Parts: sequence; structure tokens; C-alpha cells
Amino acid sequence: MKEDKELYICRCEEVTLREIEQVIDEGYHTLDDVKRITRAGMGLCQGRSCSKVIARIISQRTGIPIEEILQVKYRFPVRTEKLGVFNDGEEPQT
Amino acid sequence: MIEREIVVIGAGPAGLSAALEAARSGASVLIIDENHRPGGQLFKQIHKFFGSHEHRAGVRGIDIGTQLIEDASHLDIEVWLDSEVCGIFHEREVWVVRSRELSVTVKAKSIIIATGAVENAVNFTGWTLPGVMGAGAAQTMINIHRVLPGKKVLMIGSGNVGVIVSYQLLQAGADVKAVVEAAGRLGGYGVHTAKVRRAGVPFYTRTTVLEARGNDHVSEAVIVSLDDAWKPIPGTEKVLDVDTICIAAGLTPLVELAFAAGCRKVYSPVLGGMVPWHDASMRTNVPSLYIAGDVSGVEEASTAMEEGRLAGLSAAYSLRYIEKDEYDSRFNDALRRIDSLRSGMFGEKRRIAKHAIINHI
Repeated sequence: MKEDKELYICRCEEVTLREIEQVIDEGYHTLDDVKRITRAGMGLCQGRSCSKVIARIISQRTGIPIEEILQVKYRFPVRTEKLGVFNDGEEPQT
Repeated sequence: MIEREIVVIGAGPAGLSAALEAARSGASVLIIDENHRPGGQLFKQIHKFFGSHEHRAGVRGIDIGTQLIEDASHLDIEVWLDSEVCGIFHEREVWVVRSRELSVTVKAKSIIIATGAVENAVNFTGWTLPGVMGAGAAQTMINIHRVLPGKKVLMIGSGNVGVIVSYQLLQAGADVKAVVEAAGRLGGYGVHTAKVRRAGVPFYTRTTVLEARGNDHVSEAVIVSLDDAWKPIPGTEKVLDVDTICIAAGLTPLVELAFAAGCRKVYSPVLGGMVPWHDASMRTNVPSLYIAGDVSGVEEASTAMEEGRLAGLSAAYSLRYIEKDEYDSRFNDALRRIDSLRSGMFGEKRRIAKHAIINHI
């Protein structure tokens, strides 16, 4: 049965299975590489729903164990915020 | 920068239990949640919980949530809602954005991370069509907002979430057309599964969803049988007349905050993926950081509450609020209750997986 290559894996940035498989075949085998080239995981949810799926695709295509692919670096801020919140140097005492 | 003794991140079952236990020990606690109301997922759990009497078996999740919040109101527990924790710096500084506009840093002596978990996605043709949603999202719609997500539902996944939400959708007036399960056997507790089966809902094992069809909304779903290599078998497709597809394919721990703060990663496929290493007292490799509940490995709400108690108690003990004798006695009580929750056909796998995390070097 033919696999649908046009289905979205990262819906925030509308990145398809075809695009992800293509960059893996070009030699990009980490979540960070795939993210930087395709933008998968750079949207509103910050990869919360797609990164596990992408890790599985990389693992199936390259044979790299999934636990190795999931060894990624996490950075602050872990929530998407408006730039304005960084603007105020003074912190209120609540 | 403001200072607080113990900061708990997440006011779900684990976080609330941690806050209560720490405050009962004499510590002053700040609990932070990004939602408008505390309670996490408890308020949509309208079914009765499992376990023994001391796990509040037979009590509905919503009533447990109400009780926890009532208990917290009598103790030294400050609650910040609509507040997102964006980072933890230098092991103790919690960066919070309140109401999406006010940036505040709270310096804590101990921090308990109880951020929970997020639903797994399943990708198939048409999965981004309106009408495809997480089973948890559908449960929030019917039980919290009292909105029916659709009239004819296909449920993907026969675990406890899948069967409990299927039953609640039936109660809410929807027609559940089928429950499909990719594995060879059903995943939920017999009592929940039986209620859905008695209502006449067909269950299909070794079956998955192939496609959601529709122009601007789901109007049909195609399901298909799987072979032993989990590949769809051509010719076995069935078209179902549905307007909603719910995904109950497990959860992934919400670990970004813990890992960005320096927690060590341990891979636990049984408990949802990468989780922060922790010891039996729920302390991580960062000495001021504790974790509890689904973020430490996905289980269920009763276990999350016990883990919260362990974390709250341990944080209070590390700050010398209680003596060793009292700590040992309360700690061992909670540990004994956890052991009984992690027994039996379903619990044993979780117990082994949890021990593997704790013993991971």
C-alpha cells in the first residue's frame, strides 16, 4: 500500500513527510539538523507534537537508535512569549 | 527577584499533592500553573478512580480535585494562575511570565516540577482536518466546556484514555462508531472496556486509521487491518461514516523545563520516552530540583498524587522542616501505597520501568 508522502508531520510549519525524508537522505540525521533545514519543530508548539515522530522517522531510515536521536539540547524559554516581556528590566515585587 | 521557599510548577494531581505535603510539613509554598484554574486534568475525570480505599478508589477525579484545592486553601500555599514558567536558572531561579506580559523571577530553595504530559500525535492522510483531535481534547470539550465535538466518532486507541473517553462521549450523546487498536489485544482495564462493548460499540484490533476524508471537516474515515509487521493489508479497508476522529495513542512527558534546567535524560519507552533521572525520593541530579507525576514517567493520576507526596515531603525534609523519624514514617507510607498501585497485570510493567529509571547510572 502506497505511503502518503504529502502528509504533514509538523503541522505548525506545514512540513511534509517527503521533505523530512529528503533531508534525512541528504545526510542530516539529528533532530536539530532536520529542524534547521525544514523548520519542522520551529512553530507555535515548538516540536511538542512532532519531534517524537521525526525522531522515529530518522531512526527507521538510518538505523540510529531512537534514544540516541532524542538526546537533544533543550533551551529556554520553554514557552512562546511575546518579545515585550523581555523589555522590562525592572522586576515588580509582588 | 522575589524569594519563596518551595516552588511547585504545575497544579495538577502531582503538583497539588506535593504542595499540600510540603505545606503540612511547615514549609511555605508557591504553586504556579499556566491554566486559568488549578487541578490539571482532574476536573475532566468524571469517572470513579481505581485502587484501594486509601487511594480514594470509587471517588471521581473531579471530587478529588475539589478536595485538594479546598485543603490547599487552609495552608500556607500561594497560587499563581495564568502563569507560565519559561525557565529555571542557576538551579534555583524560576522565571515566570504572568498573564503573558509580566516577567518575574522567583528564587526558591527547592523546586518541584510537575508539568505532566502531552498527547501523542498520529499522522495519517487528512489528520490536520478539523474534526481530528486528541481524546483528551474531546474529554475537555464534553466534561469541562459541555460542547459535543461531533456526533459520530471514531476512537483510535483502546487504552484507558480511549475507552473512558469513548464511554463519556456516549454519555454526552455522541455515537461512537468504532474503537480501533493497532496492537493484537485491547489495552484498557476490563471494566471500562466492557462498558463500551455493552453499549454496542465495535472494537477492531490489529487495525489502524488510514485516512480522514472531507473537504473542510472530517466526513469519513478509512480504517485498515495491519499485518504482523504493522503494515496495512491492501483490500481490508473499511469506510466509516464519522465526523470526528479522536486519538488516544499515549502521552509524552513534558520534560523541556527539567532538561533545560540540567536534569539527566533516561530513555523509558514504557513510561513515554525521555524522562529526567530521579531517585526514589523524586530528587533529580540537580539537588534543588524534584519531579513528580507524568513528567517523571507517564502512569496515572493516583500514582501521580503519591509521587507528589514523596516529592513534597522530601523537599520539606531537605529544608529541615521535619525530623528524620517523621520523614521516614510518612515517606514509607506513601511508598507502600505506590507499590500497591504498581502491582497486578498493568502495574507490574510500570514498576519495572520505574525501577530501571531510578537505578539508571
